[in-house]
Amino acid sequence: MSVLQVSNLTKRFGKFTALDGVNLEVHEGEVFGFIGPNGAGKSTTIRVLLGILKATSGEATIFGKDAWSDAVEIHKRIAYVPGDVNLWPNLTGGEVIDLFVKLRGGNNISKREELIERFDLDPTKKCRTYSKGNRQKVALIAAFSSDADLYILDEPTSGLDPLMEQVFQQCVFEAKQAGKSVLLSSHILSEVEKLCDRVGIIRQGKMIETGSLKELRHLTRTNFLVETKETIADLDGLSGVHDIEERDGALSFQVDTEDLDAVIKHVSRFGIVKFESSPPTLEDLFMRHYEEKEQTETGAGGNS
Amino acid sequence: MADTVYKGTGRLSRLIIRRDRIRIPIWLIGISFFTLIVPGAFTELYSSQEQRDVMAQTMENPAMVAMVGPVDISNYTLGVMTAHQMVLLTAVVVGLMSILLVTRHTRGDEENGQTEMVRSLPVGRLSTLNATLLVNTLTNILLALIIGLGLFSLNIESMDLEGSLLYGATLGATGIVFAGVTAVFAQLSESARGTIGFSIAFLLIAYIVRGIGDVSNEALSWVSPLGWVVQTEIYGANNWWPILLMLGFSILLFMVANYLNSIRDLEAGLLPAKPGRKNASAFLQSPIGLAFRLQRTGIISWAVGMYVLGVSYGSILGDIDSFFEGNDMMKQMFVTEAGYSVTEQFVSMIMMVIAIIATIPPVMAMNKLYAEEKKGRLSHLLARAVSRTRLMVSFFVIAAINAFVMVSLASIGLWNAAVATMDDPFRFGSMYQMGIVYYPAMLVMIGVAVLLIGISRKLTSFIWLYVFYSFIVLYMGALFQFPEWVGKLTPFGHIPQLPMDELTWMPMVLLTGIAAILTVIGVIGYNRRDIEG
Ligand SMILES: Nc1ncnc2c1ncn2[C@@H]1O[C@H](COP(=O)(O)OP(=O)(O)O)[C@@H](O)[C@H]1O
Ligand SMILES: [Mg+2]
Repeated sequence: MSVLQVSNLTKRFGKFTALDGVNLEVHEGEVFGFIGPNGAGKSTTIRVLLGILKATSGEATIFGKDAWSDAVEIHKRIAYVPGDVNLWPNLTGGEVIDLFVKLRGGNNISKREELIERFDLDPTKKCRTYSKGNRQKVALIAAFSSDADLYILDEPTSGLDPLMEQVFQQCVFEAKQAGKSVLLSSHILSEVEKLCDRVGIIRQGKMIETGSLKELRHLTRTNFLVETKETIADLDGLSGVHDIEERDGALSFQVDTEDLDAVIKHVSRFGIVKFESSPPTLEDLFMRHYEEKEQTETGAGGNS
Repeated sequence: MADTVYKGTGRLSRLIIRRDRIRIPIWLIGISFFTLIVPGAFTELYSSQEQRDVMAQTMENPAMVAMVGPVDISNYTLGVMTAHQMVLLTAVVVGLMSILLVTRHTRGDEENGQTEMVRSLPVGRLSTLNATLLVNTLTNILLALIIGLGLFSLNIESMDLEGSLLYGATLGATGIVFAGVTAVFAQLSESARGTIGFSIAFLLIAYIVRGIGDVSNEALSWVSPLGWVVQTEIYGANNWWPILLMLGFSILLFMVANYLNSIRDLEAGLLPAKPGRKNASAFLQSPIGLAFRLQRTGIISWAVGMYVLGVSYGSILGDIDSFFEGNDMMKQMFVTEAGYSVTEQFVSMIMMVIAIIATIPPVMAMNKLYAEEKKGRLSHLLARAVSRTRLMVSFFVIAAINAFVMVSLASIGLWNAAVATMDDPFRFGSMYQMGIVYYPAMLVMIGVAVLLIGISRKLTSFIWLYVFYSFIVLYMGALFQFPEWVGKLTPFGHIPQLPMDELTWMPMVLLTGIAAILTVIGVIGYNRRDIEG
């Protein structure tokens, strides 16, 4: 069952096409990661889903209802945290949280106090004194203290410190446990990896990949930095090894996920002194995606 | 030492000039244009000295003295006439220019976090403030020169070089004084809104204090910087010492602002902010409650201001009849055709001015909806169970009540003061009616604002042009003798001017209907368009 469905969504601002045929689906009870670099169109998609922007063409539905015409009905069951949280400078954080919870309608028996404590927010301060992170906390507390069925979170952690990021992840996890659905946009792959069941990747207004992280592993490589007693022989002869570079006596290279086992076995024979690995970044993923595309394109050209 | 405090002032000044390279010229051109066309218009309208003397006598009544300053009727040349009728009001506009420009680069930038970025560079602690003051001072000097030389170049006999330069210097010096006032308030208040609010309040109080002083108590005028403006007696005695007074006062204000800036933290205000509420009151928890809460301070200030405006006009009503009593010519001019007393006609005109001024706060209240959108705060509401119609209607209701309250308070103030000063005062009902008849016209103005926000948000600020047009056409209309249709282009021109006109219901009903239609179209448009944020 899908709670949120976007099909062939296009949004133009004047001549500029911000979204170009976007397709997206969030199933009930899943946490969906919506990733892409800055300016890719994540916020625009979300604002169409909220009925704040009107789609140029295509369809966006939530709970089977139209995102534009049934906006108010839909909003009674969702909680939203915007990417840029602008608040009223002359209201306090506590006042804003109450206002937000109330405006959603429905129940008010909130986890407000508990969340204020967990996020370590002083609700008596005026919003003008809040830093970006604190403003985000206000929006997060308001969102998680309402009992929504779908949470739409637009880069909610960009201003939070690592400790608060953990509290946030805990909140998302609890929502998931309670069977809620979450759409979480981010430009940080590792954050999405921890929380999400499936991810969709958007770039320049187009979805370039959707699937579970496992399915997308074919796109990712792990980065290694290895120093050995003896020089490693035949490394470039192994399949799945890329971009070998020598750096201060150590070798850095990337390995395809499916070839990890073989490569590590091979390397370990040369007496390891230093061994560092780092997860693939979003950039790696994009690079890889485009490399593959180019290959298939030039391949096709060669055949003709 | 001086480095840590003032380094980079020159560079920051250039940045300010770069950022304001459109804004400053628009102010300068606008102010110069309106100043320089007036003498020409007066030359045509009042070509003979007799005509000017009649005008001078009209201007000698307390209401006019309260508005534009005292008059020397023995020497009412074209130059004196221009200066007398224009210089004070223009000075207020120049003051406003300084308030807005200085706030923008001091507290405004600080609030937006730009000052923090600048401060992280090798730039002195007080450089932002002093660069702002420097650019503003240069702007005002430029204005003084343009106006001074411009007026002289019109080549009008009674407008000599000294008087013209004094005219310019008076405006420029006023601008510099209000730059200083704003710079001080920018240290006290902790927001740009607060800074503008305090500074404009200061400007209005200075204007009112001077008005009361000029009418009744000359010593009081000395307290107000705007009182000094009228003391220059341009094209007459040509007093330069008020200019020195203003410059001295400005230097004092600049020093106070520098001192206050040096003892406070970045982004802090010296007026303490008290800890706020932990929970929202039941009242706040709806769009309409929020709409009111966001504007509460502004609405209360305007309400007080409107009442004071009514009282200050009312306080001169008692003198009007006695003034005209001893002046047969004036009496004839005003009374014969209509058969109503001079006071009645005067009140009638004042009511129209009051109604147009009372339209400013409700239009601001309506435009607040768009201001919220631009600040990216509407998505919080629209992403929750709040429809666009409910949101817009909430702001409309606040604006409509606001309009009612403002025009009512001004009328009540006028009546209160009239009762105190007049021998045979108006009855409350008839005076209140003279004001409240303008309510349908005010609703039309709000309706136009709704329409612009709903349909064509880029044109939102055009509503101010329309308000300004209404004011000019109806207030200055008599002076410039526009054709009748020009007045009919504004809703205020369709309201019967009681008690001379008969109270007819048709225009009221029609205007209310038009207001309703404009509002409905606006709401429909608002439901169809993208929301920016
Ligand atoms: N109101 C608007 N008018 C014009 N262009 C816009 C508007 N809103 C967003 N854009 C453009 O659309 C693109 C996508 O923006 P956005 O959805 O905010 O990206 P993301 O959230 O992924 O960083 C950007 O290039 C942005 O400049
Ligand atoms: Mg974004």
